[in-house]
Amino acid sequence: MSTSRERVLARVRAALTDVPADEPVVRPVERPYADSHGMGAALEVLEDRLRDYKALVRRVPADRLAEEVAAALERRGASTVAVPEGVDADWFARTGAERRPDSRERPLELRELDGVDGVVTACAVAIAETGTIVLDGGADQGRRAITLVPDYHLCVVRADQVVDGVPQAVRRLDPARPLTWISGPSATSDIELNRVEGVHGPRTLEVLLVE
Amino acid sequence: MSATFLGIPPFPEAARAAVDDSRLRHNLRKATHTIRDKRGAVVTELEEDWERLRSEGAAIKSHTLRHLDHYLEQLESSVERAGGHVHWAADAAEANAIVTRLVQATGETDVVKVKSMATQEIELNNALAEAGITAYETDLAELIVQLGDDLPSHILVPAIHLGRSQIREIFLDQMAEWGVAAPEGLTDDPRALAEAARVHLRERFLRTRTAISGANFAVADSGTLVVLESEGNGRMCLTLPETLISVVGIEKIVPTWADLEVFMQTLPRSSTGERMNPYTSTWTGVTPGDGPQEFHLVLLDNGRTDVLADTVGRQALRCIRCSACLNTCPVYERTGGHAYGSVYPGPIGAILTPQLRGMSSEVDEALPYASSLCGACYEVCPVAIDIPEVLVHLREEVAAGPGHLGEKAMMKGAEAVLGSSHALNAAQHAAGAARNLVPRHLPGMAGAWTDTRDLPDVPAESFRQWWNKHEKGQS
Ligand code: SF4
Repeated sequence: MSTSRERVLARVRAALTDVPADEPVVRPVERPYADSHGMGAALEVLEDRLRDYKALVRRVPADRLAEEVAAALERRGASTVAVPEGVDADWFARTGAERRPDSRERPLELRELDGVDGVVTACAVAIAETGTIVLDGGADQGRRAITLVPDYHLCVVRADQVVDGVPQAVRRLDPARPLTWISGPSATSDIELNRVEGVHGPRTLEVLLVE
Repeated sequence: MSATFLGIPPFPEAARAAVDDSRLRHNLRKATHTIRDKRGAVVTELEEDWERLRSEGAAIKSHTLRHLDHYLEQLESSVERAGGHVHWAADAAEANAIVTRLVQATGETDVVKVKSMATQEIELNNALAEAGITAYETDLAELIVQLGDDLPSHILVPAIHLGRSQIREIFLDQMAEWGVAAPEGLTDDPRALAEAARVHLRERFLRTRTAISGANFAVADSGTLVVLESEGNGRMCLTLPETLISVVGIEKIVPTWADLEVFMQTLPRSSTGERMNPYTSTWTGVTPGDGPQEFHLVLLDNGRTDVLADTVGRQALRCIRCSACLNTCPVYERTGGHAYGSVYPGPIGAILTPQLRGMSSEVDEALPYASSLCGACYEVCPVAIDIPEVLVHLREEVAAGPGHLGEKAMMKGAEAVLGSSHALNAAQHAAGAARNLVPRHLPGMAGAWTDTRDLPDVPAESFRQWWNKHEKGQS
């Protein structure tokens, strides 16, 4: 193994004889591009983009979150939901849906996860311009598998988690954590370029934007 | 990369009978134009920032390539620090041997795969099959191609050459042999076909304990690997199994985490014409209790250092495989991806493949001629690769090389084929029928398209004027 390593590195070095020895390896940190593109108020833009991806979106006042969670689960007919252990229990004050808590220490079995009606999580950051929600595995977002296997994902996004552009989001995120960037539900365009929502991931993404 | 891509595996009889040239051209034209229009709209949305992102993307990748040894070592130590294992493969055989050994160590004989150009390039699935390991492709298009015993023809939409009724036939004929059968009464509605794939693959996802992927980016400072996708099959493979093996070309490195903010804006917009692809996964080594607990990164050279050594051709390694150049290329639009005889089709294939393989065959000698040098590929490239410049550079090499027989034949072919659309159709038909014969039937066709050196290199009119006229002239 180490011989291949040395061989590849030697080939790389031999290929780069045109590079002056004193050329700096570190690039100066200049960002000639914009942080965002002035497309409008972040929440409006996010809502628009998410709808464009066929996600369901509701703007909800903070003091009505529990009602809205209950109403969303009811509309969906979701009676069992996976929930990361760190999610605020108040969110579920008004719903009769059965919660199946999940954490890295006490994970649900895959088959059990496959059997629940949906999953409810928070998020780390949301990017308005691209309609993207990022999960970082925090205690209120949980393991990557729980937002993947169930067919319905209800995601609660707080207004203060929404940024305008991609660079702002990247700066807020910690690469040491496993990240999942979600822009609408699972989709494919592989068959004559017809977009079909939902192949392997959740086919329905519902977002509650909490103001 | 082997030069036998075209011959292996052969198309099944049924698919060959079903493929009709005018249908193929219609599909291709519709598909490339659709993506092209979507791309144009979302690129325009970023206004003048697009050009800044584009040149920054080019600058980041160029810088990385100029110091690749440094960044490779940095990536290796960051990945290992985060709990991953790093392996180095000088060529395809080594990479295949490493992956085979790693899979064997898990005791598994089935693996799931995320769509990956690198593993296609090294023909990993064949190598695994020889060791008694079955690799299951999970991207819908790759699944179609695998079940149909076919070859991908586009970087982004590998089954672009197949219509829905052909896909339905493939599912009905083959799914049962590979696992869960297609439902009875399956229609050719794309929704029904996608649902059949969902059901077919779900069992496999929940059961399979080893996965193989590539990566769109590997971040040197943090050790983070990044995969962009749409369907969720990537997320399934990257998170449900216990062991993850990622085969990544050494050119996929970016120096810092912050660099991703450039490519996360340019890649999806250039590729599918979306503001963002539905899913992106990033992982850094292993995370206890979340996702695979064993992670192996196989760093692949396989000719890349030869490309690196060519100071003109080096820029091809900046490619982020968005496929925008395919969708805009008038040659690709008519020939389709199989004509290029490589996993890398279209304009990028025309410069990357012969450099990776070393232009030792007629297929590879012909590839630098598979272009009209119109410059459309350069205009759309999100990392500003000057594909025409590299094409001309490689043509010079071909012409200077020993044993160069191809050019005269190409010129003759060009006369015959470009002379009339009827002859063109016939040539494409012949090439289609020859797909599973010897590869050297193809250069005639690629070459035919290609040698338009009698066109002025720098047209008097602007590219856009030329392009509009050109576009109107064909249908
Ligand atoms: S060469 Fe440029 S346009 Fe073509 S696939 Fe690569 S990055 Fe995209």
